[in-house]
Amino acid sequence: MDIERIDQIIEKHQGESSSLIQILLEIQSDNHWLPKEALERVSEKLQVPLTRTMHIASFYKAFSLVPKGRHEVHVCMGTACHVRGAKRVLESLEDYTGIKPGETDAEMKFSLETVNCLGCCALGPVMEINGKTHGKISASKTADVLKSYV
Amino acid sequence: MIRLNTTEELEELRQEILSRRDPEKPCISICAGAGCLASGAGEVIAAFRSEIEKHTLTVVVDIKGTGCPGFCERGPVVVIYPEEICYLQVTPKDVPEIVSKTIIEKQVLDRLVYVDATTGEKAIHEYDIPFYKNQVRNVICNNIKIDSKSIDDYLAIGGYSALAKVLSGMTGKEVTEEVKKSGLRGRGGAGFPTGKKWEGSRNDPEKTKYVIVNADEGDPGAFMDRALLEGNPHSILEGLIIGGYAIGANEGFVYVRQEYPLAVVNINLAVIQAEKYGLLGKNILGSGFDFIVKVHQGAGAFVCGESTALMTALEGKAGEPRPKYVRSNIKGLWNKPSVLNNVETWANVPIIINKGADWFTQIGTESSKGTKIFSLVGKITNTGLVEIPMGTTLKDIISKIGGGIPGGKKFKAVQTGGPSGGCIPEEQLDLEVGFEELTRAGSMMGSGGMIVMDEDTCMVDVARYFINFLTDESCGKCLPCREGLRQMNKILTNITEGKGKEGDIELLEVLSETAVEASLCALGKSAPNPFLSTLRYFRDEYEAHIREKRCPALYCKELIRYYIDAEKCSGCMICLKKCPVGAINGEKKKIHIIDQEKCTNCGTCFEVCPARFGAVKKISGEPLPSPVPEEERIITR
Repeated sequence: MDIERIDQIIEKHQGESSSLIQILLEIQSDNHWLPKEALERVSEKLQVPLTRTMHIASFYKAFSLVPKGRHEVHVCMGTACHVRGAKRVLESLEDYTGIKPGETDAEMKFSLETVNCLGCCALGPVMEINGKTHGKISASKTADVLKSYV
Repeated sequence: MIRLNTTEELEELRQEILSRRDPEKPCISICAGAGCLASGAGEVIAAFRSEIEKHTLTVVVDIKGTGCPGFCERGPVVVIYPEEICYLQVTPKDVPEIVSKTIIEKQVLDRLVYVDATTGEKAIHEYDIPFYKNQVRNVICNNIKIDSKSIDDYLAIGGYSALAKVLSGMTGKEVTEEVKKSGLRGRGGAGFPTGKKWEGSRNDPEKTKYVIVNADEGDPGAFMDRALLEGNPHSILEGLIIGGYAIGANEGFVYVRQEYPLAVVNINLAVIQAEKYGLLGKNILGSGFDFIVKVHQGAGAFVCGESTALMTALEGKAGEPRPKYVRSNIKGLWNKPSVLNNVETWANVPIIINKGADWFTQIGTESSKGTKIFSLVGKITNTGLVEIPMGTTLKDIISKIGGGIPGGKKFKAVQTGGPSGGCIPEEQLDLEVGFEELTRAGSMMGSGGMIVMDEDTCMVDVARYFINFLTDESCGKCLPCREGLRQMNKILTNITEGKGKEGDIELLEVLSETAVEASLCALGKSAPNPFLSTLRYFRDEYEAHIREKRCPALYCKELIRYYIDAEKCSGCMICLKKCPVGAINGEKKKIHIIDQEKCTNCGTCFEVCPARFGAVKKISGEPLPSPVPEEERIITR
């Protein structure tokens, strides 16, 4: 990620240190992860110790300190999805991709994450791939859905 | 856009907007809430736009993407005005017919209206559908009427009139008194009296004060705050400005979780629109009152729903709670008096100001006033958002509004209060919903999640699920929460995996007691609730897991086995083909057998076996039936 883009984002927030989280969120959404250089740049510009920036980057779930795959698969583990079999959906995704939640496969194809509630409980169990919702999914259908992503 | 300088100018603008609108003009409202969008509402809206254009009706028919009316089960929901015809589960394929028949020829399409599954009766209007009919919708009712991205729509239904009333004729003290008199209590969890909280901040001599919207709705399975923020963002903003005026704050914050992208967009847009009309900024409506609002996105931490953690996060730090020796309405954000209320609480404020505290206190019970929106989800026929007066029984919510349990299954429990809440069993279904009533039953109101569980839900697993969730979300500051929950999670996981032993229940009780007594914030203090309430009502399930290595709900993977019922198997090969580990032996017209050595208990065969055969069976705690002898496996039926 280039420094100029990072500086743009920081400037948008007037370089205020109370905007640290908002700035990191924008970098995350732009770049899909937070490289070390980005964290260093933000700390330097906002005059915040790098330890504090790291504390925040590791505390909040939205941030990733490692690169993400081309397709981000989010499995909803909210209560409504849980009672409708989300755990089995997750297991089938783990079997298919060979990775656990929080991991990215060696080909950088899929990143798997669990989320706590996507708020569309009527469609549970739900998974989301690159922001597209797949509702009423079952363990036996996940492989077919993933096949369409290359 | 013009800037409004007086309350009269606001009223004139409202009249002008109304005069431009013809109440008889057909309008197609399509729910554009997150649930309906996920089931294809975006495509439906696009289809309506092109179809209306095709018939050159663009000038005479309005199309609106609205907020969520709550009936997510049957989404996408479409309501056609002025007749208020309600169509359910609309797809883009239905659109040409709706336009040609309903819009042009004024006929109702029977196949798209609600049909009662038991009586077969049709309901054309929203208010005739049992799901809606049995609710009292004071807060969420406007969602379907307005375009959530239009401030003019909000003004047209009387929006910002409560703000005008306050600014033109009430002192901050009077506003606070009115809210206090209404008995409104916080809708976010603890149920603290809102007026009392405001009064504390108001009376503090400190000059700088803040008001904050808590839209960090982290409870899994709860989405009413999202629906309000997405669907009617101005109502929350109006409440917030009134709150700011009441306590003397000139700055407000909306803390919204980034997992709700549409809510983030809509509230940001609402702030910009309100600024343009001068409803935010300097000298609002000529009253001399200045007020600005900033939207802050959360970054994914359940604990940030806790008031002090949220304020720490607003300061740009990691959201860890702090002790509340001094309440945050006295020393909150940047150590200044800060009133933090939940989305639904703020949405109630304009209604109370407009209709009066006396009207509000008529609804509800002695100690819990007004209505509450619940998110009714899980094993329930009508998933959706349900607004009911406090004091409604759980039974009415589940059967009259929710339509009962689907698939002929038996009700087991309803879980309320989010991860720190509890499970309420069948024998307590006559319980009237209210803050104290739910607490007495070992659960709590929480923010309004209501998850229905049927006989297939294992209560030990439910406790494990929530404790696991909270272990993950514990910020790590207090040891009993950080380490205690981790140990509880381990023990509960062991029990569900058949490795439970005598003494586990007692150990869990001790760990619970420590977490309740010695944690700083509500997350840790209430974290053991899911275990304690399931133990209270479902002790037999814990004992079956530990002593007999049996899961009565046939849910826990390590405690069940699958087998194929020889009497029912028709040798169709479906399960055999789908089994991911090749554990099923058989051929066409030959009874299939599961090789127990290879089987990983994934349950795929159980899921894919056609319902008309239902040949795959689950058992727990008893021996498998002996396999069919080889010579009897050919099916001659």
